[in-house]
Amino acid sequence: MAVQALDRPGTDAEERAFQARLDAEIKIEPRDWMPEGYRKTLVRQISQHAHSEVVGMLPEGNWLTRAPSLRRKAQLLAKIQDEAGHGLYLYAAAETLGVSRAEMLDALHEGRAKYAHIFNYPSLTWADIGVIGWLVDGAAIVNQIMLCRCSYGPYARAMERICREESFHQRQGFEILAGLCRGTAEQKRMAQDALDRWWWPVLMMFGPHDADSPNSAQSTAWKIKRRSNDDLRRQFVDMTVPQADWLGLRVPDPELRWSEARGGYEFGPIDFDEMRRVIAGGGPCNRERLGARVAAHEAGAWVREAALVHAEKKRRRGRARAA
Amino acid sequence: MDRDWPLWEVFVRPRQGLSHRHVGSLHAPDAEMAVRNARDVYTRRREGESIWVARSADIVASDPADRESLFDPADSKIYRHPTFYTVPDGVEHL
Repeated sequence: MAVQALDRPGTDAEERAFQARLDAEIKIEPRDWMPEGYRKTLVRQISQHAHSEVVGMLPEGNWLTRAPSLRRKAQLLAKIQDEAGHGLYLYAAAETLGVSRAEMLDALHEGRAKYAHIFNYPSLTWADIGVIGWLVDGAAIVNQIMLCRCSYGPYARAMERICREESFHQRQGFEILAGLCRGTAEQKRMAQDALDRWWWPVLMMFGPHDADSPNSAQSTAWKIKRRSNDDLRRQFVDMTVPQADWLGLRVPDPELRWSEARGGYEFGPIDFDEMRRVIAGGGPCNRERLGARVAAHEAGAWVREAALVHAEKKRRRGRARAA
Repeated sequence: MDRDWPLWEVFVRPRQGLSHRHVGSLHAPDAEMAVRNARDVYTRRREGESIWVARSADIVASDPADRESLFDPADSKIYRHPTFYTVPDGVEHL
C-alpha cells in the first residue's frame, strides 16, 4: 500500500525503539515510523533495483527474434516476462515508502537514477544470452538471497518471490552454454568469448571492496544489508568456478587459484575504475539502453492516456445508467 | 510528468479451500484491467484460482501507533488459550 509515515524528525525514543525492533529481527512495515535516512536509502536502492530489472530486459530482447529454436525462444521470452514482473514488484515495494511510480520513472529517464552497470554491455552473440543467465542472474541471486532477510517487509517479500522465480533463469543460461560447449569448436569458442567479456563486469556487480564502501556500515546496522560485498563476491566465485570447469571453459583470470588455507578461490584485482566509468555513462551501451527505455515509455504514452480516458468514460456511463 | 494510473491491492486464492491472500499491488486504469494485469504479474506460474483487486485508497488500516493499545491487552488474557488449563491425570477427551 502506498501509505506514508509522517515526514518529521524522530524523537530519541522513536529512534531507539526503531533500532530495538531491528535488533529483535522485527520487520519494518510501510506505515511504521522510520528514520528519514532509512527511507531514503531504501527508496534509492529499491528503485535502482527496479530500474535494473527493466533495463535488463533490453540486452536479452536483442536475441528474442533470433533464438535458435522455438524452445529457446519460449524460455527466453518467459525469462524476460519475469524481469518485467520483477521490476513491477520492486516499483510497488518502493512506492510503499511514499515515492510515486512517475517520479521514479522520470528519474531513470532523465539520467538522475542509476541501474546496474552490467546492462550497459552489449549482447553480441547467442552465447551472451547463456552467460547473462548463468552469471548475471547467478550473481544477482546471491545478492538477492541476502536481501530476502532485509529489515523492510515489502522489499524482503518482493525478493523472496523474485528468488523463487529466478532460479530457472540461471539454469536456462547454463543449459545454453552446456549446449554450445558440447557443440562444434566454433560454438565452444563463442561460449569462451562470451565468458571472457562478461566475467570481470559480473564480479563488479557486487560493488566496491568493503574498505571502499562507506555506506555499507549504516545499511548493515539497519539490516538492509546482511553480508559484505567482498563476502558475497567470494561466495559467487567459489560457486561458479567449478561450474565453468564442468563446462570446460576457462575463467579469464591468470591469478585465479584454489587456496587451501581459505577453503576458497583467490582471484586477481578487479578494475573498479571501469565500473565507475560505466556507471557514469561511459559504457558501450549506456546511450542505447536509456534511449530504448525512453522511446518505449514515450511510445506508450498514448496507451496510458487512452486507458485512463476510457476508464473515466465507463465510469460516467455507469453513473448515467444508475441515475 | 505522467499521471500514474490508480494503485490496486491484489489478493490471490492459491487454491480452492484457502482464503485470498494479499500478494502485492499494481497500477491499472480500472478494475477490469487491474484483474488482467494481476493475472500477468502475480500468477505466471499458476499461483492462483481466483483474484481479488481493491483500490488501495479504499483500504482502511489501523494506525501502527495504536498497535500497543489495540493488541497488547490480549497478551494478558492467557485463559483464552487451552494451554492455560490443567487437565487432571486420567481425564480424556477434554
